[in-house]
Amino acid sequence: MRRYIIRRILLAIPLLLAISFVCFMFINLIPSNPAEVALRVQQMPVITDAAIAEMEEMLGLNKPFLVRYFDWVIGCLQGDFGISYVNPARTVAGEILRSLPATLELAGASFVIVLVLSIPIGFLCAVYKDGWFDRIMRGTVFVSTAMPPYWVGLLLMWGIGVKLGWLPTNGSGSWRHLILPAFTVALSYISTYIRLIRNNMLENMKQDYVLYANVRGLPQKAIWVKHVLKNSMHTCIVAMGMSIPQLISGTIVVENVFSWPGLGTLCISSIFNRDYPVIQTYVLLIGVLFVVFNLLFDILQTVSDPRLRKED
Amino acid sequence: MKPVLELNQLCVSLKGRKKTKDLVKGISFSVAPGECLGILGESGSGKSMTMKAAMGLLDKNFQVSGSAKFQGDELLGKNAEELRKLRGGKVGMVLQNPMTSFDPLYRIGNQISETYAAHNQWDNEEVRERSINMLLKMQIRNPEEVLEKYPHQLSGGMLQRIMIGLATSMTPELLIADEPTTAIDAITQFEILNEFLRIKEEHKVAMIFISHDLNAISRVADRIVVLNQGVVVDQGEFCHIMHQAKDPYTRLLIEKRRDVMRKYRKALEGEVSHCAPAR
Repeated sequence: MRRYIIRRILLAIPLLLAISFVCFMFINLIPSNPAEVALRVQQMPVITDAAIAEMEEMLGLNKPFLVRYFDWVIGCLQGDFGISYVNPARTVAGEILRSLPATLELAGASFVIVLVLSIPIGFLCAVYKDGWFDRIMRGTVFVSTAMPPYWVGLLLMWGIGVKLGWLPTNGSGSWRHLILPAFTVALSYISTYIRLIRNNMLENMKQDYVLYANVRGLPQKAIWVKHVLKNSMHTCIVAMGMSIPQLISGTIVVENVFSWPGLGTLCISSIFNRDYPVIQTYVLLIGVLFVVFNLLFDILQTVSDPRLRKED
Repeated sequence: MKPVLELNQLCVSLKGRKKTKDLVKGISFSVAPGECLGILGESGSGKSMTMKAAMGLLDKNFQVSGSAKFQGDELLGKNAEELRKLRGGKVGMVLQNPMTSFDPLYRIGNQISETYAAHNQWDNEEVRERSINMLLKMQIRNPEEVLEKYPHQLSGGMLQRIMIGLATSMTPELLIADEPTTAIDAITQFEILNEFLRIKEEHKVAMIFISHDLNAISRVADRIVVLNQGVVVDQGEFCHIMHQAKDPYTRLLIEKRRDVMRKYRKALEGEVSHCAPAR
């Protein structure tokens, strides 16, 4: 088991290096000179060759590509992701750290909503298959999957925020501000997991061990919860784990709709301002999150399944 | 003697969207205490479905009619809780796929104890003691270790023995063995059949042995019912079935068995005569 975990961690290193390399490539694929972009963003009145050369020197752009890449990787490993082009007084790490808590708060709240709603609804849909509850939920899931989050966000703002006046339409600061954006982000995931849990449970109900549990005369609730749900959740663990980085990266549009001061808002404003180091770091951060969560939930699945668990 | 289980014109049909398909078409038989009834038939003949229908193990898509009485008490129409108490208690069942019949995520000890807990008020210590005794009775070595194992860590034969042990440890009035020797190798098959013979001798329990294997059935069954396409085509004692079967399908089964036995004997004799000069 320990060997498996060490092997998976070692395999993640080249993957992370590949992601960092692709991220770094972005900045070099820009048609214009990054130094010139930086000067324009800082609203330099006259951009001379000397000023560009000076900026290239400052940003280290005059060094060969691979040298710059390794400098950047070493910097990243030490937590130094460079400086913002828009405001050289600010570091990229500082900018990201400033916006990260708000995004984590939103993604965390969305994840809790996803778990709290999708597990019981998926469970009840499977238990009462083809009943009125299952039919209504299947219809709702079908409709909500087809609705894009930014539209749902606007609809909720108009309905619950403006017409009913129950919750604030935008901004942050209290738990009331969190409800609408968190629900908007969670909605499509709830639909996905209701379907996933329902189908997994129905598939598991056909298995021999469920028939044998009935043959042994176990109480129906124990069969559903202890055996069917546990086996079904077991296959959903990885999908749910992978939704955590998806939730963090998926807030980008919703944050802008609700003016939520998180990573998504920072990323969009950086794209408008062509603040490439910030965009590059954001993409790298999301890539790292995907790799780390994939690794974590693979290990968790291996630990929780006795058939996959290997004794040392 | 009052039969333990008595089926009378039992029918099972599958409700489709447009039409209903009849799967079991009016089956009647009974089994007395201490008697072993063999149900013989090829795959899809309705052997397992008949017993599942009687024990309330089919889902809502199946319609069951007729009568199935356990110790004179009608089973069809009983509510789910009444049937649950009966299953695993007064009616023990052994299934055909031991490797997939236990939940892969729980230890064997846990699955044995949850079965005991569902039918008794025993405390943890008593459950453990009875689990160990049951495993010892089923000739499983190192029972304490086996209780800590997961199903995938045990062999098919061991799991089948645990299944038989669990079914018999509740001192059932009726034991239903649904193709218990199909998914296991020949040597284990032999041992499992011996186990059934022992249970028959010791417990004097009414037993229904479902199989498509005439050899297996002939070792344990006192009486045989032959099913084909959901209908009873022949029934009687083993000798009667062997020599006076009326139904062409039953005769085909017997002919195939004789063929196999003939080839087996020939191979044995051939081997003996081939080996003789060497000695």
